[in-house]
Amino acid sequence: MLEAASPLLEVQDLHAFYGESHVLHGVGFSVFAGEVVTLLGRNGAGKTTTLRSIMGIVGKRRGLIRYRGRDLIGLASNRIARLGMGYVPEERGIFAALSVEENLLLPPRVAPGGLSIDAIHILFPNLKERRHSPGTRLSGGEQQMLAIARILRTGAGFILLDEPTEGLAPVIIQQIGRAVRELKRTGLTLLLVEQNFHWAASIADRHYVMEDGRVVDCFSNDDLDANREKLHRYLGV
Amino acid sequence: MMSLLGISSQALFGQLLLGLINGSFYALLSLGLAVIFGMLNVINFAHGAQYMMGAFVAYLLLQFAGIGYWPALVLVPVIIGGFGIVLERTMLCRLYRLDPLYGLLLTFGIAMIIEGLFRYGYGVSGRPYPIPAALQGGYNLGFMFLPVYRAWVVVASLLLCLSTWFAIERTRLGAMLRAATENPVLVQAFGINVPLLVTATYGFGVALAGVAGLLAAPILQVNPLMGSNLIIIVFAVVVIGGMGSILGSILTGFGLGILEGLTKVFYPPASNVVIFVVMVGVLLVKPAGLFGREK
Repeated sequence: MLEAASPLLEVQDLHAFYGESHVLHGVGFSVFAGEVVTLLGRNGAGKTTTLRSIMGIVGKRRGLIRYRGRDLIGLASNRIARLGMGYVPEERGIFAALSVEENLLLPPRVAPGGLSIDAIHILFPNLKERRHSPGTRLSGGEQQMLAIARILRTGAGFILLDEPTEGLAPVIIQQIGRAVRELKRTGLTLLLVEQNFHWAASIADRHYVMEDGRVVDCFSNDDLDANREKLHRYLGV
Repeated sequence: MMSLLGISSQALFGQLLLGLINGSFYALLSLGLAVIFGMLNVINFAHGAQYMMGAFVAYLLLQFAGIGYWPALVLVPVIIGGFGIVLERTMLCRLYRLDPLYGLLLTFGIAMIIEGLFRYGYGVSGRPYPIPAALQGGYNLGFMFLPVYRAWVVVASLLLCLSTWFAIERTRLGAMLRAATENPVLVQAFGINVPLLVTATYGFGVALAGVAGLLAAPILQVNPLMGSNLIIIVFAVVVIGGMGSILGSILTGFGLGILEGLTKVFYPPASNVVIFVVMVGVLLVKPAGLFGREK
């Protein structure tokens, strides 16, 4: 049982820099296999930078990021992806020069067990209808579905999801929520950055709160009600 | 004999063919520049020198190793492309984080060094390169005489251009290239080795220039200045077509070659400047070029 107790992803004393500016000041948290964990916090707290640091795409970082027992600091981002880490960026990163289908097929498979194209089309029917359109011709919600779907195809076992509901209509948010819960059932592990706290609470197991480049609090989704007042103070809502 | 506006069909079609041949070289070279610029954001000023090197490598292979045209068709792009890869890995790759101007200056300097070395070694007079036996002679088509080698150059260039277009626009590797052109950081975060893709792209673009040099060798003679004579026009073609556009550089290359040929028939004094006049006109109306996207 010792193995089950060690986290899938462990971050300790993580510092990150953009040029001269020091953005993360010793972030630490852990994510266990099969969990959905959120990073909450105001704009500029360092949530997105934390995801980018794990993915290896910030200017400079130091500290410890251990994933499946391997230290990710010092690895190039393509190597990190090959270890089974999937990244869905905040800006979605849909390529204008590629069709929807090409966007979907772009990320190489990194592990067995990824969703088939048919399974993806069942999960997100819009992507099938519009598979020959240029990627950026999709609506914001469809682009978000595409950004998630193309990572699901790769078989990545750990997914970094940055603000998946930002700027989307409630009905689309519901659809994405259903998809995320579905994935959780299949055993995927998710680290989620989210401003929409109510949505996050509907799918997450645990929450970390970030402030000024540090993790300042942590509680499980079950203790949410007891922490609600404190949380409102953190998030300023 | 047929004639049009007092011009014989021989002259008209002869110049049209010459235009097509020039267009073949414009297209091949501007295509390589477009591929390189799209991926590396580097304006490869060494392109003319690499084209010249392609012709010289073919010449030297024949002189010193007795290796003829057909094996050279494989060896030249491999050697010139390999030279490009070494250049990219040792020098160009250090400049990507800087202003694109540095890449231009570096490749400009390299072009001068390469040309200087070849001038030092071989002077400025042209050296003949024979047309391969299978492509000698020609056909009398009635309205014009068609030399086989020249027809081959046009066909080979078209084939190379269209296969490059197909590879970039219609294959999975091409999709990776297009995506990496747009957002290299994200493409790498998907697990694709983008630095390798960049190196391969530069090698490929440079290899295209090398092949163009080999194709040109039997027509133009091998001469250390053959690249710098051509590259200015090729840059005008690239500006007209739109920097970075694949199909644009192919169409503009052939189109401007033909336009230049026709100008030689109808108003010869303008034939040297017609491409630059078109460039000015296009820049006034569409600053990003005919097929370019405004940024």
